[in-house]
Amino acid sequence: MLAVRDLAVRFGGVTALESVSFEVRPGSITSVIGPNGAGKTTAFNAITGYLRPTGGLVTYDGAPLTGLRPSAIARRGIVRTFQKTSVFPALSVEDNVLTGLHLRGTAGFFAVLAGGRRLTAEERALSSQARAVIDFVGLGHRRREAASALPYGEQRLVELAVALAAKPRVLLLDEPGAGMTGSEKAVVSGLIRRVREQGLTVLLVEHDMRMVMGISDTVIVLNGGRVIAEGSPAAIQAHPEVIRAYLGASAGST
Amino acid sequence: MTRAGGWLLAAGALTLPLWLQSPYHLHVAIMAGIFGVLAMSLNLLLGYTGQLSLGHAAFFGIGAYTSALLTLKLDWSFWPALAVAVALAALAGFFIGRLALKLRGAYFVLVTISFAGVISLVSINWIELTNGPLGLPGVPAPALGPWSFRTKTAYYYLVLAACGLSYLVCRRLVMSRIGRALVALRENEPLAESVGVDVTHYLVLAAVVSAAMAGLGGSLYAHYTRFVSPEVFLFTYTVTMVIMVVAGGKGTLAGPVVGATLFTVLPEALRAAASWQWQMLAYGVLLVLLVFFLPRGIVPWLARVMAGSQAPAEPDSPTIRR
Repeated sequence: MLAVRDLAVRFGGVTALESVSFEVRPGSITSVIGPNGAGKTTAFNAITGYLRPTGGLVTYDGAPLTGLRPSAIARRGIVRTFQKTSVFPALSVEDNVLTGLHLRGTAGFFAVLAGGRRLTAEERALSSQARAVIDFVGLGHRRREAASALPYGEQRLVELAVALAAKPRVLLLDEPGAGMTGSEKAVVSGLIRRVREQGLTVLLVEHDMRMVMGISDTVIVLNGGRVIAEGSPAAIQAHPEVIRAYLGASAGST
Repeated sequence: MTRAGGWLLAAGALTLPLWLQSPYHLHVAIMAGIFGVLAMSLNLLLGYTGQLSLGHAAFFGIGAYTSALLTLKLDWSFWPALAVAVALAALAGFFIGRLALKLRGAYFVLVTISFAGVISLVSINWIELTNGPLGLPGVPAPALGPWSFRTKTAYYYLVLAACGLSYLVCRRLVMSRIGRALVALRENEPLAESVGVDVTHYLVLAAVVSAAMAGLGGSLYAHYTRFVSPEVFLFTYTVTMVIMVVAGGKGTLAGPVVGATLFTVLPEALRAAASWQWQMLAYGVLLVLLVFFLPRGIVPWLARVMAGSQAPAEPDSPTIRR
C-alpha cells in the first residue's frame, strides 16, 4: 500500500503542501482533485522523488520512499506520467516503449559487449513485450512512427504505454485526459479501468470531473496544500467543503 | 542496402594497403583510423547522451603519455602499456563523470575544458616525468611476438583493428538496453528517470567507455608518431573530434567514421592543391556549408536520401540506432 503521511513541501516562504496524509488502497483507482494550485502535482513530484519534501514520509508497503531518486522509486514499482506531454520525441513509438521496458531487461555492460544467445533472446522477449504494450493502448498502426510526429492524443497514449512498460505496481497519472477530446478521454478511461483489472493500483490527478467521478473508487480533495475531504465519488460530490472550495462560500446551498 | 555498403567499405579498408602503395597515403589512412577511434569515443557522449565534452583531448593525451612513459621509462612492452593507458583514461573518465555529470550541460562543458587545461599544465611542468615541453621522443613501435608494427602497412592494420573493435563496442552498446538508456537521457531525462533509468550510472558508464576509447586512440597515436609532447592536449584535437562527429552525423554509428575519414583526408588533399592560407579558407567554407545544408550530418542525410529513393513519405525522424 502506498501511504503518504504529513507530507509537506515549502518553496522558500510559499507552502505548497502543508500536511497531507492519505493512503492508496491496493487495486483501487484513487483520484486527487482540487482547484489549481492546490498542490496536486507537487504531491506527485514529492511521492515520486522529483521533489524532496520539506517534511513527512511516503512509504510503499512499509518501506520509506522519501529521499530516494526517481529511478530507484520506479524500481520499487511506483511509476508516474507527467502533466505536460512527455515522450522521447525523436524515437519511434516502439523505441519509446522499449525504453520504458528498461527495468525488465537484465543485460549489464559486459553481457552487452559479449553479445551471445541470451542477449538476443532477451532483446527478442523485450520486443514482443513492447508490441503487447503498444497493442494494449491501441497504437499498433503507429509502431514505427516517431513519437513527435503523432497527434497530441496519441502522444499521450505513448506516454501511458511507456509508463506501463515499466511494469508499475502503482501507476501515478498526472492529468491523463488533459487537452483530449471527449472520445479520446473515453479511451483513456477505458484503459485505466483495464489497467486496474490487471491488478495495478492507479493514483490519478485529473480536472475532468466526469472522468474522475466515472472511474474513481476514492476521491481525495486537496485545497491550499491540505486534504479537505476524502471519500467515494458520491460522497465527495455532496461534500459541503468541496463545493465551497470549488464554487465559493455562498454556493453551499445548492 | 546499408549492410552491403558496410561490407563493401570493410573490404575496401582491409585491402587498402594493396592499392595505396605510397607511404604518405598510408600515413593519412592511419591518422584517419586513429581519429576514427577518437570521434567514435566522443560520439558516445555527444551523440548518444547529448553531453558535450570539450576536454576530450585530455583522455587522448592521458592515453598517449601513459603508454609512452610505461614503454620508455619502465621498458614495458606495448600491449600491457596499451591496457594501462586505456584503464587510466577510463579512470579519469570515471572521476570526470562523477564530478561533472552532476552538473550537466554547459557546466559539464566547462569542467571538461578545465580538466584538459589542468592535465596539459601538468604535462608541461612536471619536467622530471614528462620532459616538459620538449616531449618524449623515441617511443618504441609495437611488436607482436616476432612481428613488428614498424612498417606503415602493419600499423595500418593495427589501427584498423582498433577501429573495428571500437565500432563493435559502440554498436553493441547502442543497440542494447544500455544504448536505449543513454538516448533516453538525451531525449527526455525526467521521463527516463520515471521508468527507472539511473541517470548517474549511465552517464558515468558512457563517460568511462568514451574516455577509455580516447585513451586507446592516444596510445596508438603515441606509438605511431613515436613522440609525445604536451601538444597532444591541444584544444585543436578536441575541436577536430567535434567537427568530425557533427559533420559525420552525431548519434549515428557510421557518422564519426565518415567524419574522421573526410576531415583527415580533406586537409591533406587541400594541402596538395593550394597554399596554406587557401587551405584553411577552403576548409572553413566547406565546414560552414556542411553545417548549413546538412545540419544533422552526412550519414543521416545519406540515410534519408536512400530511404527517399526507395520508400517515399518517410516521417521526419532521424535515424537513431540503425
